[in-house]
Amino acid sequence: MNKKNLPVIVLLAALAIGTLLPLLEKSTQPGFYVEVVLGGLMSGVLYSLVAMGFALIFKASGVFNFAQGAMVLFAALCIARIAEHVPLWAALGATLVIMTAFAWLIERVVLRPLVNQEGIVLFMATLGVAFFLDGFGQTVWGSDIYTIDLGLAKEPMLILENVFAGGILVNRDDLVAAALAALLLLALALFFQKTATGRALRAVADDHQAAQSVGIPLNRIWVIVWAVAGVVAMVAGTVWGAKLGVQFSLQDVALKALPVVILGGLTSVPGAIVGGLIVGLGEKIAEVFLSPILVKTFDLAGGGIENWFAYVLALLFLLVRPEGLFGERHIDRV
Amino acid sequence: MLYRENGQFKSTYRADQQVLPIRQDRWFMAAVLVFAFAVVPFIGTQYTFQAILIPFLIYSLAAIGVNLLVGYCGQISLGSAAFMAVGAYAAYNFAVRVPQLNFLVILVLAGLAAAAVGILFGTPSLRIKGLYLAVATLAAQFFLDWTFARVKWFSNYSPSGAVSTTPVSMFGFTFETPAEKYLFVLSVVVVMTLVAKNLVRSHVGRAWMAIRDMDVAAKVIGIRPVHAKLTAFAVSSFFLGIAGALWGFVHLGSWEPAAFNLSQSLRLLFMVIIGGMGSILGSFFGAAFIWLTPLFLNQVPAALGVQLSTATISHIELMIFGSLIVFFLIAEPHGLARLWAIGKEKLRLWPFPH
Repeated sequence: MNKKNLPVIVLLAALAIGTLLPLLEKSTQPGFYVEVVLGGLMSGVLYSLVAMGFALIFKASGVFNFAQGAMVLFAALCIARIAEHVPLWAALGATLVIMTAFAWLIERVVLRPLVNQEGIVLFMATLGVAFFLDGFGQTVWGSDIYTIDLGLAKEPMLILENVFAGGILVNRDDLVAAALAALLLLALALFFQKTATGRALRAVADDHQAAQSVGIPLNRIWVIVWAVAGVVAMVAGTVWGAKLGVQFSLQDVALKALPVVILGGLTSVPGAIVGGLIVGLGEKIAEVFLSPILVKTFDLAGGGIENWFAYVLALLFLLVRPEGLFGERHIDRV
Repeated sequence: MLYRENGQFKSTYRADQQVLPIRQDRWFMAAVLVFAFAVVPFIGTQYTFQAILIPFLIYSLAAIGVNLLVGYCGQISLGSAAFMAVGAYAAYNFAVRVPQLNFLVILVLAGLAAAAVGILFGTPSLRIKGLYLAVATLAAQFFLDWTFARVKWFSNYSPSGAVSTTPVSMFGFTFETPAEKYLFVLSVVVVMTLVAKNLVRSHVGRAWMAIRDMDVAAKVIGIRPVHAKLTAFAVSSFFLGIAGALWGFVHLGSWEPAAFNLSQSLRLLFMVIIGGMGSILGSFFGAAFIWLTPLFLNQVPAALGVQLSTATISHIELMIFGSLIVFFLIAEPHGLARLWAIGKEKLRLWPFPH
């Protein structure tokens, strides 16, 4: 075993033990615990959906896309408002067109003039894009809370009644979200492995110059990457909108995708999934079981440590393993 | 014609190292200062002081702080507002717990508290840089937000979590009218600006810039990256802490933890980008731009007879800021300060083209 991996293993082990600790507490109902774990994993899936978009764009163009959260919100707004007039599938189609057009615009207006600039400049440019998109989306579509109706039954299902006392409540839309995320991952994997465009994307991700020299059109590739990220944002927006309602605060939740990609590795799509699950599970467990203890010990005015748990976890990870769990090892150290 | 440096010979090193080496610049600066100190307090209305000048000055101070870190040392920070919050809450706690303390002392203590927290959250910068650091500073933002909202001690056990401050007083004098407050803030900002300007001209500032431009090369020529980065975080947070204390005590008076949230951090970053990264003057331009544009936008549609809701205006504001950020990054990465410099250069040669 590599000595360098030791701190990571210690950190992960601490996380795992922290996750299991509540089970030792006698007052914890096993059924309730499983529900919390499931809930955490479900919100982890949602984080993963956003984080996948981040990872895709970073991998292919080296841009740290702060606007991914804004794209999720924008896509969700589009779907929700268009679906008021036409069936859902048509709204999804229209949003697909909008997101592709948006990707093309971004490439033309923002990325092309800034090509070859430092990563930090591109990052700040995406900050600008995020602001623009927020303002634009809400000017065009309005800023109330909208709903996306996937046509699912709202009442939760009761499963495993004979294993745990009282059974376990599971939301149907959570299951749909998980299935969608798995489907999306599969589709992306197929796209990257089996199609010519996917191969070109991977080539660009590996080495811009080499890719260009064998005749891969960089500009078109970037449009495609941003369009794919737009589609990922659309899926995320649909699922989130259905679960939480389409509103501005979606952005704050989407911001959590940043620690998720740090955890999973900036360039890794599977890493985004794993990171999302770790963050989702960790923060839910911490909120439900650790918060009350903290509140009691330090006499706090309330819990809510899930607001920062993901970021502090990412911070710890940055200190011991900056490239993340599945990221490429290359990183500039000072 | 007027703006020409012919005949201004520098015969001493002192003269060569002045902050403003050109005589016309010195006159101009003197005129601005005289105007700000001696004329504005008499002609300003309560609205101009409270809604425009005081926030603008405090934001300028904060923008200088961010600029020292982002523009001069090249360490991106998305948690600037959190350090303002540290300054504000530190000042509040000193004022509540040690009531006889002079406000100037409180300001310095608030700055020092923020600097300490800044060093703490700056340590990741020793191992990581760029985008990774952005996420690390986000951790500072969210963690500190939560700390001030939840730990009751910081808000002195106030039931709502909001705090309200005591009036600003020092040497037996209490600042009450808007004009007095304005003069106080102005003095602090002028002194701090001078400090910042001289700091970036000294070996400390040059070390920051060397780190920003190329850290490996900087290390090779004998600059200690650890020292340079941590001083940048400390000084930047010190400025932000003082700005935060002023923001809380002079501008807001009473505030909730949400007063220093992420959007405030982003706003400070925008000030630096639009104003000009690596420019003290640019911090003022950026602060003026970001603070005045919304005020301006609120007036224009009404003046044109178009009725827009406040929500629409705030959305348009977002769009304008967003597109301006992209525009400036593409067209003029050095921001408004660079435009100002170009204008001066043109003026120097005018009426000749070269």
